[in-house]
Amino acid sequence: MDWALPPNYSTFGVVIDQLFWIILVITGIAFLLVEGGILWFCIKYRGREGAKAHYTHGSNRMEIIWTVIPAIIIAILGAYSALVWDDIKGSSNRPADALEFLVVGKQFEWNITYPGMDRTLGTEDDFTVRNQFHFPVNEDVTILLESEDVIHSFFIPELRVKQDAVPGMTIPVWFDATQTGNFEIACAELCGLGHYYMMASVTVHSAADFDAWQASQAPAAAQ
Amino acid sequence: MATIVAEATGQAILHEEHEQSFLRKYIFSTDHKVIAIQFLIYTLFFLMIGGLLAMLMRYQIAWPARGQLPLGGIFPESMVASGYILPEFYNALVTMHGSVMVFLAIMPMLVGVWANYLIPLQLGTHDMAFPRLNMLSFWLMVPAGILTLASFFVIGGAAGAGWTLYAPLSARPDLSGVGLGQIMWLAALVFIGLSSILGSVNYITTTINLRAPGMTWMRMPLTIWSLFITAILALLAMPVLSAAGIMLVFDQTIGTSFFLPEGGGQPLLWQHLFWFFGHPEVYILILPAMGFTSEILSAGSRKPVFGYKAMVLALVSIAFLGFIVWGHHMFQSGMNPMLGLTFTVSTLFIAVPSAIKTFNWMGTMWRGNLQLHTAMLFAIGFVAMFAIGGLSGVFMASTPVDIYIHDTYFIVAHIHYVLFGGSLFALFGAIYFWYPKMFGRMMDETMGKIHFWLTFVFFNLVFFPMHGVGMVGMMRRIYDSTGYAHLQGIEDSNALITWAAFGLFASGFLFAFNFFWSLKKGRKAEANPWNATTLEWQTPSPPKHGNWEEVPVVYHGPHEYSHPDVEDKDWLAQNERPDVVSPAAGSH
Repeated sequence: MDWALPPNYSTFGVVIDQLFWIILVITGIAFLLVEGGILWFCIKYRGREGAKAHYTHGSNRMEIIWTVIPAIIIAILGAYSALVWDDIKGSSNRPADALEFLVVGKQFEWNITYPGMDRTLGTEDDFTVRNQFHFPVNEDVTILLESEDVIHSFFIPELRVKQDAVPGMTIPVWFDATQTGNFEIACAELCGLGHYYMMASVTVHSAADFDAWQASQAPAAAQ
Repeated sequence: MATIVAEATGQAILHEEHEQSFLRKYIFSTDHKVIAIQFLIYTLFFLMIGGLLAMLMRYQIAWPARGQLPLGGIFPESMVASGYILPEFYNALVTMHGSVMVFLAIMPMLVGVWANYLIPLQLGTHDMAFPRLNMLSFWLMVPAGILTLASFFVIGGAAGAGWTLYAPLSARPDLSGVGLGQIMWLAALVFIGLSSILGSVNYITTTINLRAPGMTWMRMPLTIWSLFITAILALLAMPVLSAAGIMLVFDQTIGTSFFLPEGGGQPLLWQHLFWFFGHPEVYILILPAMGFTSEILSAGSRKPVFGYKAMVLALVSIAFLGFIVWGHHMFQSGMNPMLGLTFTVSTLFIAVPSAIKTFNWMGTMWRGNLQLHTAMLFAIGFVAMFAIGGLSGVFMASTPVDIYIHDTYFIVAHIHYVLFGGSLFALFGAIYFWYPKMFGRMMDETMGKIHFWLTFVFFNLVFFPMHGVGMVGMMRRIYDSTGYAHLQGIEDSNALITWAAFGLFASGFLFAFNFFWSLKKGRKAEANPWNATTLEWQTPSPPKHGNWEEVPVVYHGPHEYSHPDVEDKDWLAQNERPDVVSPAAGSH
């Protein structure tokens, strides 16, 4: 049983994982304090014949302590999360010169439209491949995410990317892979009978390999 | 028959001298206690149905390629074919497990059972403000239940778009394969909504108007506070769901496009409406459980609730914040990411009152004289499990982390720690605690303790590993995970979870046996078997029709245990005066 986050291969994934571990440590300490406290009280104060409980209605000082401390921790965590979130998703941080792809989900496949050799979507040399997503490593990539029918969710675990694809909307999603390799797009939102097999292969190429791959596809798509 | 006006409360009550007919007494009863018991039987039945659906689902998740479903032959071919659970049936299982558990089991068990039973008894009144509305609120649940069960057997099967009913999948039979089943579930939801609204009106009115003399707001037991706040939440949230559900039926049947982009609608509108209801709903599902836990912990620790005022304030602030956090279900939905920022802030801040409550429960146990009976074990279990559910919530409140764990089993683990480890543990505790009052007999303690330990161990074996499976990245609601490269290596975890789930389900039958066996064979209960202080214990078990010969008068707060001025016993009922119980008592 190997319960771990999958290896991370994206720039954003580094901070996401870091935040995950920070929260795990903070909540882990709280977990030990609370569960340990409960267990300790159960043993120490278990009922005894003739014993009398300590009569108290509470303590304002304690109330303030355990209101203020969690509030401070949470405020810091919230502020840090907000900064990271804005870094990853804020529209002002969308990379200007990213390589763009159109990804359209439909029951139960992912159709990826490539920009072609001119690296621009909406031109003649665009081509579409079903269930295969190829892109170059170490380069900002933006996908324009759409859906033809119901809501799907575009999920590449190793890149820490997840975004719902909503019919009627075009949602930009950007990321930067740090290593070449083969992964999968999974659908993370229940989309019907075939939800569980709505999967596409992901290939992260070196820049040269990606150009070569696009060149090999373009003639086939042109026919 | 004589009408007597009780001066203290100004309410008219009927003392019925004649024997009521069986039908009036047990079936179409307006007695809040009988209605509560009707709700209890109803919800226990649907708890079993919801559990059964989960067992089928777990079988499929653990052994997707095996087939050979035990007793698979009893299912129609449209559900299980040659031993294989079909994907369409799996989607129905996922959807209806959630729907049944939330709407037909946990919510009516928290509110329908205990608000009905406890509000008049703990407030010291004869019945609800509107007894007939109360009866109607139960009987509206009956068509809801029938529609739900029947929907499995219509063409296309039961609803399969998830309990969250995300449009367009839920609105387009051509895309989901489910037509009538979806409409039947939405119709059931409308009945449930109406039932809940009528109930809420009743609970709110009763709490405001029918408190016994001396029962001031700050003397109300925390159970009443939590049920009162819950009723307000339900009254504000349920109409939104009912309206949205009707809009969804219109989209599906008469060609409107509220949620369909082809006609200019917005799929995200559904999510906003659903979660505007859905997040207060989460608190509807936990606040009463918090109330029961406070009550049981206080009685079981023989101590007043630590920080009563803080507990009330925390309840109120949770209720308020609960209405402005719904967007945290939608961080990855395509909603403007900047909205995500505001919802992160409100969501993280709702953790504060939850933390306050947890620490106050621990404060209640601190230096107590803990009576570790079954009800107390479940109440302590509630605090321990709710804490885990609360802490795992911090992960998803942090939007960047949520990008990864959203729609994975991490979320499934979280919701079950809150809804099962939280709500259902508290409900089991409440049943063990108030059973003697309801039925005049005690549930068996030995069976009860075995039930607690089996539930506690199996529960954690089922749901703790789901955090791990979620970290690996297993998506929710998938029929077969074995096809994914990143999900290789979780088969063992999934099999473990499934075996433990079977154990958890089986331990429920021990509870059911204890419940029904004790009706006839349980030790007879005195009026106040737990030496508890609130008013319901100061009247016979079970209370007669009308609850009280004489309306009690309340002299002090609800949890006066181990009062230093009281001699001979460690509790002081709300209707007892310390100077009468112990004449030496001084200034208190």
